[in-house]
Amino acid sequence: MSTDTTPAEPASKIDLPDHVAGDAGSIPSFDCTFRIARFDPEQDSEPHWEEYNVTMYGTDRVLDALHKIKWEIDGSLSFRRSCAHGVCGSDAMRINGRNRLACKTLLKDLDTSKPIIVEAIKGLPLEKDMIVDMEPFFQSYREIMPFLITSGHEPTRERLQSAEQRQAFDDTTKCILCAACTSSCPVFWTDGQYFGPAAIVNAHRFIFDSRDEGGDMRLEVLNDKEGVWRCRTTFNCTEACPRGIEVTKAIAEVKQAILQRAF
Amino acid sequence: MSTTSIPAPRTGYSRHKSTRSKFEMFAWLFMRISGVVLVILIFGHLFVNLWVGDGVQAIDFGFVAGKWASPFWQIWDLLMLWLAMLHGTNGLRTIIMDYSEKPSTRMALQVILYIAAVIVIVLGTLVIFTFDPCPAGADPSVLAEFCKA
Ligand code: HEM
Ligand code: SF4
Ligand code: FES
Repeated sequence: MSTDTTPAEPASKIDLPDHVAGDAGSIPSFDCTFRIARFDPEQDSEPHWEEYNVTMYGTDRVLDALHKIKWEIDGSLSFRRSCAHGVCGSDAMRINGRNRLACKTLLKDLDTSKPIIVEAIKGLPLEKDMIVDMEPFFQSYREIMPFLITSGHEPTRERLQSAEQRQAFDDTTKCILCAACTSSCPVFWTDGQYFGPAAIVNAHRFIFDSRDEGGDMRLEVLNDKEGVWRCRTTFNCTEACPRGIEVTKAIAEVKQAILQRAF
Repeated sequence: MSTTSIPAPRTGYSRHKSTRSKFEMFAWLFMRISGVVLVILIFGHLFVNLWVGDGVQAIDFGFVAGKWASPFWQIWDLLMLWLAMLHGTNGLRTIIMDYSEKPSTRMALQVILYIAAVIVIVLGTLVIFTFDPCPAGADPSVLAEFCKA
């Protein structure tokens, strides 16, 4: 029997330089404070601030901190979340004064030396803590008829579309209906009557779709007193959108489409 | 749990009925068009009054009288008055709509705004057309050249 004299294989075949390999695997942790607007409809008439101190890691997001607070400090903290990965649009909230998704806001991108301020989005009826009544938001969404409208018989194969035709509304297909845009709009805050950026974005998605035949009806709906003309090009919506949709531009395109139809 | 009465159901969210009116579209268009025209009118006005010739030093009663003796400047100033007033009034109407929450506040502010606008437009128009460049018995030293003829 012969003995194998070749040295054992190293754990990694790649030699990492010391400055990289040194602390490999350890994630920096830090303490941070959260100032959260708490509202319990059975006790409070106004939201009030509570502070929570938590130890978090460099890879954590605001959502992870909220989980930690809910699971380890105060189980009554209420917020919506579902996918936790920026797809479902459940967890839009006002973080340090800006509307964002808690699940897409990394703590390392915030200033953790100061308290991180978390509130519910504004302009929609507050139900509890971070949870607002989304009904007004979805009501104006339904009013713009967010579904394909066609006439005649259903074709026996796909409704074809060129790459250019698809490109015209590509940006607005990305909406996840999180309401970050609509609840960042000062015109919407006043009385909630304005259709709001999200409804216009989703109308845009069908108005500029070459397969859809309901464009005129949607333009008619948005040519309302509370429609696109209330937009003051503040750009809050474009800044708020977690999907990077050029919301203000989409609104401008709908305005143009209404004008072109009228003249 | 205490035995308080069941809270009243939240009043359902109600959107205004659609107006089916194109007013807001025309108001929006008017702001852009009047804005562009106002750039020409206002800068033309500033250039002629403050820059050409003796500039600011030339402005006196006679200077204004001389300008309004010409139909060209009458129309120019009339357009500037009407466009700026309608543009400014509609701009303030937008601001009232954006910031006032109670319908009664909204209504009150709008009434004040429209009354003010009508007064300024009517008075201004009257001044431009009924202006007498050579009032009888005035000190001749302040009057325009053509009054002495
Ligand atoms: C010099 C040329 C001018 C241009 C190009 C111009 C352009 C505009 C435009 C495009 C808007 C609409 C903004 C929006 O819808 O968000 C606006 C609003 C407004 N303008 Fe003018 N304008 C001019 C002169 C004036 C004058 C002379 C007045 C006052 C009599 C005035 C008073 C207003 C007001 C009160 C608003 C509403 C404010 C706002 O929308 O934030 N503007 N202007
Ligand atoms: S447009 Fe952007 S911000 Fe607005 S609802 Fe859609 S995803 Fe959210
Ligand atoms: S939890 Fe789904 S988008 Fe954040």
